[in-house]
Amino acid sequence: MRLKITNVCKRFQHREIFRDISFELTAGDVMTVTGPNGSGKSTLVKILSGLMRPSGGLVEYFLNNHKLGAEDHFRYVGFVAPYLQLYSRLTGWENVQFFAKILGVGKTREEFLELFAQFGLKGREHDSLYTYSSGMRQRMRYVVALMHQPPILILDEPTSNLDVHGVKIVYELIQKRAAKQIVIIATNEPDEAKFGTQEIKLHS
Amino acid sequence: MAHRKSNFIHKSWAVFRKDIQLEFRTRYVINAILMFALTVLTAVSFSIGPLRLRVEIGAALLWIILFFSAMSGLAHIFVREEEQQTADTLRLFSRPVNIFLGKWFFNLLLLYSLEIIIVPLYFVFLNVPDPVLSIFLPVLFLGSFALASASTLIGAIISQASARGALFAVLTFPIVLPVMFSGIHGTQLSFARASFLDCLSDLQVLLSFSVVILTGSVLLFEFVWRK
Repeated sequence: MRLKITNVCKRFQHREIFRDISFELTAGDVMTVTGPNGSGKSTLVKILSGLMRPSGGLVEYFLNNHKLGAEDHFRYVGFVAPYLQLYSRLTGWENVQFFAKILGVGKTREEFLELFAQFGLKGREHDSLYTYSSGMRQRMRYVVALMHQPPILILDEPTSNLDVHGVKIVYELIQKRAAKQIVIIATNEPDEAKFGTQEIKLHS
Repeated sequence: MAHRKSNFIHKSWAVFRKDIQLEFRTRYVINAILMFALTVLTAVSFSIGPLRLRVEIGAALLWIILFFSAMSGLAHIFVREEEQQTADTLRLFSRPVNIFLGKWFFNLLLLYSLEIIIVPLYFVFLNVPDPVLSIFLPVLFLGSFALASASTLIGAIISQASARGALFAVLTFPIVLPVMFSGIHGTQLSFARASFLDCLSDLQVLLSFSVVILTGSVLLFEFVWRK
């Protein structure tokens, strides 16, 4: 898997957030996006995931050197961010089942349960999400983002709301993924920035 | 990556099922549409008293009630996603066409289901003549189909605006004007006990509109949905 960004820029009305961002990532690369509040870290990762259109430039995904259509990018991305909410009136299990169905993920019940267990949510799968704490919701975002084993993992504030144990799980996940996948981390935490093999510093 | 090859019907069905689950847990749209329809029917019923309505007025009243009932609830299918910040998650996980078809089917089924309650109440509350069912039912079926289809696309547009409530009716009304005209005219003919052939042109308009608006919506939805 290869991710190529060429001269990407973003403007909101007349305000330019960033411009001319270019880089290329392949499996095994970990990129950190750092910068002060309002510098556009979340905007950049949204553009990389396909959630937002850039004002200019190109975001291209390549699989075995074949360029993928923009409409298929979502299949290759796992994205965790505090602003990506799940359905609070559905249970954790119903959320996972729903997103698996619309993505076309064929996993067994045991495989899903294993993911819940990995993120410390075993036994709470059948509770509605509105009964979850903010940290548990963040853990649920990982369960949903990882269920299709995406080759590109994008994390915006990856340890937001997590306790010490949750942070440890996420750091282990990044280390494990970093070996064979593309990981992009938008953060201001020095501990998280250390994972990067490449860094983009945005300025406000 | 483990992707099962499931077609777009299965994915659209999953969106529909999720919305049904959420609706039955909150009952927001069902309650909004039912309460609006009941309030209007009661108010009109009290204001006309024992008078027998002219067929022109009776038919227009039915479609006004259906239009504003639809406006009071059908946009919520997208507004809910934006308000609860689940829209971006949904955008990340599926193609726009699956989302549109799932939500369109939800709105369509919801409108039909509520009409099963609203339409009999309309005949009970308002003193209108008995319609010719072979005209009345196809007009109602096709008119509601067009109304739900137009409402779904406009609902997606206004969900990203701030003045949602006002915008929805204002944007939808000019688009569904042909539906209102043909729906009202077809209903008048059914009250006037006209023949099916007299109503054929109205049914053709409603059918053509439904096909055009649904096709247009599927094609345009991606531009509306993607930021």
